[in-house]
Amino acid sequence: MSGLENEGSRGLPERPQHSEFRYHWVAFVTIFAKEVRRFMRIWPQTLLPPAISMVLYFVIFGAVIGSRIGTMSGFSYMTYVLPGLIMMSVITNSFSNVASSFFSNKFQRSIEEVLISPVPNWIILAGYVLGGVARGVITGAIVMGLGLFFVELEVHDVLVTLLAVVMTATLFALGGFINGVFARKFDDVSIIPTFVLTPMTYLGGVFYSIEILPEFWQKVSMLNPILYQVNTFRYGLLGEAGGLDTRFAFVVMLLAILSLGAYSLHLLKTGRGLRS
Amino acid sequence: MTQALVIKNLKKVYDDGFVALKGVDLEVAKGDFFALLGPNGAGKSTTIGVISSMVRKSAGSVSVFGYDIERDLVRAKRSLGVVPQEFNFNQFEKVADILVSQAGYYGLSARQARPRIEHYLKKLGLWDKRFTQSRMLSGGMKRRLMIARALIHEPELLILDEPTAGVDIELRRSLWEFIKEINDYGTTIILTTHYLEEAEQLCRNIAIIDQGEIVENTSMKRLLSLLQKESFVLDLRQPIEQIPAFSGYKVNKIDSNSLEVEVDKNTGVNDLFRQLSELKIEVASMRNKNNRLEELFVNMTKGALKDESATGGKA
Repeated sequence: MSGLENEGSRGLPERPQHSEFRYHWVAFVTIFAKEVRRFMRIWPQTLLPPAISMVLYFVIFGAVIGSRIGTMSGFSYMTYVLPGLIMMSVITNSFSNVASSFFSNKFQRSIEEVLISPVPNWIILAGYVLGGVARGVITGAIVMGLGLFFVELEVHDVLVTLLAVVMTATLFALGGFINGVFARKFDDVSIIPTFVLTPMTYLGGVFYSIEILPEFWQKVSMLNPILYQVNTFRYGLLGEAGGLDTRFAFVVMLLAILSLGAYSLHLLKTGRGLRS
Repeated sequence: MTQALVIKNLKKVYDDGFVALKGVDLEVAKGDFFALLGPNGAGKSTTIGVISSMVRKSAGSVSVFGYDIERDLVRAKRSLGVVPQEFNFNQFEKVADILVSQAGYYGLSARQARPRIEHYLKKLGLWDKRFTQSRMLSGGMKRRLMIARALIHEPELLILDEPTAGVDIELRRSLWEFIKEINDYGTTIILTTHYLEEAEQLCRNIAIIDQGEIVENTSMKRLLSLLQKESFVLDLRQPIEQIPAFSGYKVNKIDSNSLEVEVDKNTGVNDLFRQLSELKIEVASMRNKNNRLEELFVNMTKGALKDESATGGKA
């Protein structure tokens, strides 16, 4: 028969009764694992490109023209630029992962699976955001691993380094989530990374110290939030914060995470672009 | 007894001002097999959307097994399984992965989900496809996948929105058997369908919704008894040239080998066969001209087609 098997008894084990915590934990792990499975399944689109482009950066800025630039804040140019390049990967990958995954699920309407289910909004948000953080951290680790072929590095402060990476990835994953909620077509998912994130990252102290800029442009640069994240991470790795207060940077990041997190939950609660 | 579903004065006005539901009242008993029928744009999908929380209601209340969807949404959702009309799973995921995720949303770990996945995929003839990307499945397989997905957490109330649309006859009948079996185990089922034969065969109770209002809510048996006249087609053993005179029946000739007879509910068919015997007309077989429910449905929703364009197809 092309169809179904008829059987007398369902023969299924009893449905387990869980505590609320266990329900939430299983749901969170499910969404998180699904997100990780997605970016691992399409690794040539997600993990390979940052590795290739960063190797090119290392070859060009390190081996080819880096030696002609001299030092930056007392470090070889290659050493100086490495934390910035790692952070650039973390920012773009954590953002893109959530934006494209969430929008793709919305586009295919598979987001309805989780919206109809009893999973609370904060678990949905946590699952997607942590998925984005995982991709950001993994690509950051890949770039750092590749960078170690070109630069000798002793980590100045492990805690600051890790905290800066995780908080930055969380912040941009939340940004990606909001982008995914508002996006109506696939173009909308690439607009923010292309026209906002890339310029802000390039002008956010990845390739130079703002101390070399004229005073006016230094002040303008201080308005760029990515500068604080890049310099905090650079401080963690090299002990050089480019004149910024890292504690202030952490407070700003935390407030930004809380604000974007609250706004994301508000979007889920009101069902913007998801429920009619 | 706790009702599986209670809807009171449910209203929905969309942002563009379109009124999809004008105050729907509906009760579905625990264990029932219930049909919700209506023409396109009548409000069936909006009603299902509100129950499943994908559509926000404008007024009224909905409770699933006593759990109000506003005050106790999580418990209401745990009792509910929905098979939507359109495919809404990730086309790039494998069949088994879709079910593992679905189970996870309801608190079942991958280990706990495994026997359930095996059970439903085998029952629905998809076990061999468990490692196949869902976009590679045929239309009928995709529909069965959605049914397996809705059942994986064993909901007490299963809503099937056009579950057999685009499915071939053999598979449709197998799905009917399967859904009946699910109902036999105690799962309450609400079915919307355009195949009225499906509703007539499967469902015990029925509501007909038209232009955002329930126009009939009764048992299938009682509804069918409302039918005053039925048309039958008689296939004859020998051809006839002219229609003989029949007393008490309106008879039309379809062709030389078949007649169409309109039978009043109060008259019955005994006298018709007596007259046929007297006229020495041998009947090889007899069948309903139209599906009985279809006839009632058309009568009750008259004017719906006329107004459908005004709805914009939203409901």
